[in-house]
Amino acid sequence: MDALMTWLEAQLADNSIFTLQTFGYYGEGLTTTVQLVFLSLVIGLVAAVPLAIGRGSKRPWVKWPIFAYTYVFRGTPLLVQLYLIYYGVVFVEGIQETWLWVILEKPFVPALIAFTLNTAAYTTEIFHGAIQATPRGEIEAARAYGMSRRLMLRRIVLPSAFRRALPAYGNEVIFMLHASAIASVVTIMDLTGAARFVYARYYAPFEAFLFVAAIYLCLTFAILYFFRWLERRLLAHLKPASG
Amino acid sequence: MIDLHGYGPRLAEGALVTIELAVLSLALAIVLGLITASAKMSRSWLAHRIGTLYTTIIRGVPDLVLMMLMFFGGQIGINMFTDWLYYQFDIDIFINVNEFVAGVITIGLIFGAYMGETFRGAFLAVDSGQIEAGRAYGMSQWLVFRRIRFPQMMRHAIPGLSNNWMVLLKTTALVSVIGLSDMVRVASEASKATREPFTFMLIVAVIYLLIASVSEWGFARLQKRYNVGYREAD
Repeated sequence: MDALMTWLEAQLADNSIFTLQTFGYYGEGLTTTVQLVFLSLVIGLVAAVPLAIGRGSKRPWVKWPIFAYTYVFRGTPLLVQLYLIYYGVVFVEGIQETWLWVILEKPFVPALIAFTLNTAAYTTEIFHGAIQATPRGEIEAARAYGMSRRLMLRRIVLPSAFRRALPAYGNEVIFMLHASAIASVVTIMDLTGAARFVYARYYAPFEAFLFVAAIYLCLTFAILYFFRWLERRLLAHLKPASG
Repeated sequence: MIDLHGYGPRLAEGALVTIELAVLSLALAIVLGLITASAKMSRSWLAHRIGTLYTTIIRGVPDLVLMMLMFFGGQIGINMFTDWLYYQFDIDIFINVNEFVAGVITIGLIFGAYMGETFRGAFLAVDSGQIEAGRAYGMSQWLVFRRIRFPQMMRHAIPGLSNNWMVLLKTTALVSVIGLSDMVRVASEASKATREPFTFMLIVAVIYLLIASVSEWGFARLQKRYNVGYREAD
């Protein structure tokens, strides 16, 4: 490791912008971006499953509030949602006296809340579409076996819906990675934040932003190939027979 | 009534900037999308490669990063170019990048890549027998495009087009970060000055939803128009 560092240092000796320190900023930015995106995706995914089931409910007081939520969060820019939560959280009555303020004071948590609410709305609609697309025959067969609604959902509807939702969900993950760039607007030092810092410090827009664009491109491809691999594994039964 | 602290007119101006920016970017994106789709379907190896490279890179990098590259790098890049022109050929020109124009170009460039994919799929969905029939009538390539391929392609392209437009509309909010006074910028300034973020941000959110609803209606009408001759499957 030390040998690698000295080698890297020697390589970068003539470079005034890409010093080890600069790579340190990008490294920290990468960690922040990955944390932010991963956490919001996981929480959003967990929230989206019951929401998607409720979205297809026949009861209007379950169905319409969820529809209103997804409509608003999918119809407005994430930046507006982020501003609303980031600037708005200060004005919640008495929040500055509670223990919550310690974590809410930093921009990370408001950003995480905004991203989670946003991705949960999109994921809800993706799952809802996949659940709706369940072949009628499968549901009829489950009914004929005397399965309860809950059992049918768990054994028949959800497993196949998840598989159908996979390609669209892969797109949502990439979308979220790209959307996370706006975290830099509320002073979070994510990847884009690091690029802005390097740009401002050295006044080198091409180096700063092209480098970060390359990192995002690599991350995008990694997600793309991961989902392709997942699809190959989970959707193997849907592939046309070879030969 | 809601108290806007005198920010009402500026907010309205900002909304106008958002709409102008979105519509002009859409126009540029459609043109670029058509070119990209043609390039990707072209038999020329080079055109195909360039088209693929363009869509891959644009769709793999966040909009905000591309926008910053254009805004901060654009002027420096142009200055370098004009300097080079001056030293090499003694041509003395000065081009100043207007923020609005830079915004339109950036958003148009980004969504041109997405439109390209939409149009490519739509062009491929047009029955090749129709194109052959057009050629058999002695129509030129351009006439086949105008009379047969384009009108029939649009039928397949409109759902994707409508989707791209909705995303584009929301992407315009990012220009506020770079310094253009769209409605998000005005609302965020007003929020900080009056300490009433909920009022201004919620108004902006409602305006976005309104524009989205109106355009949804517009696209439904357009879809109906291009669907003439096809009965809807029940």
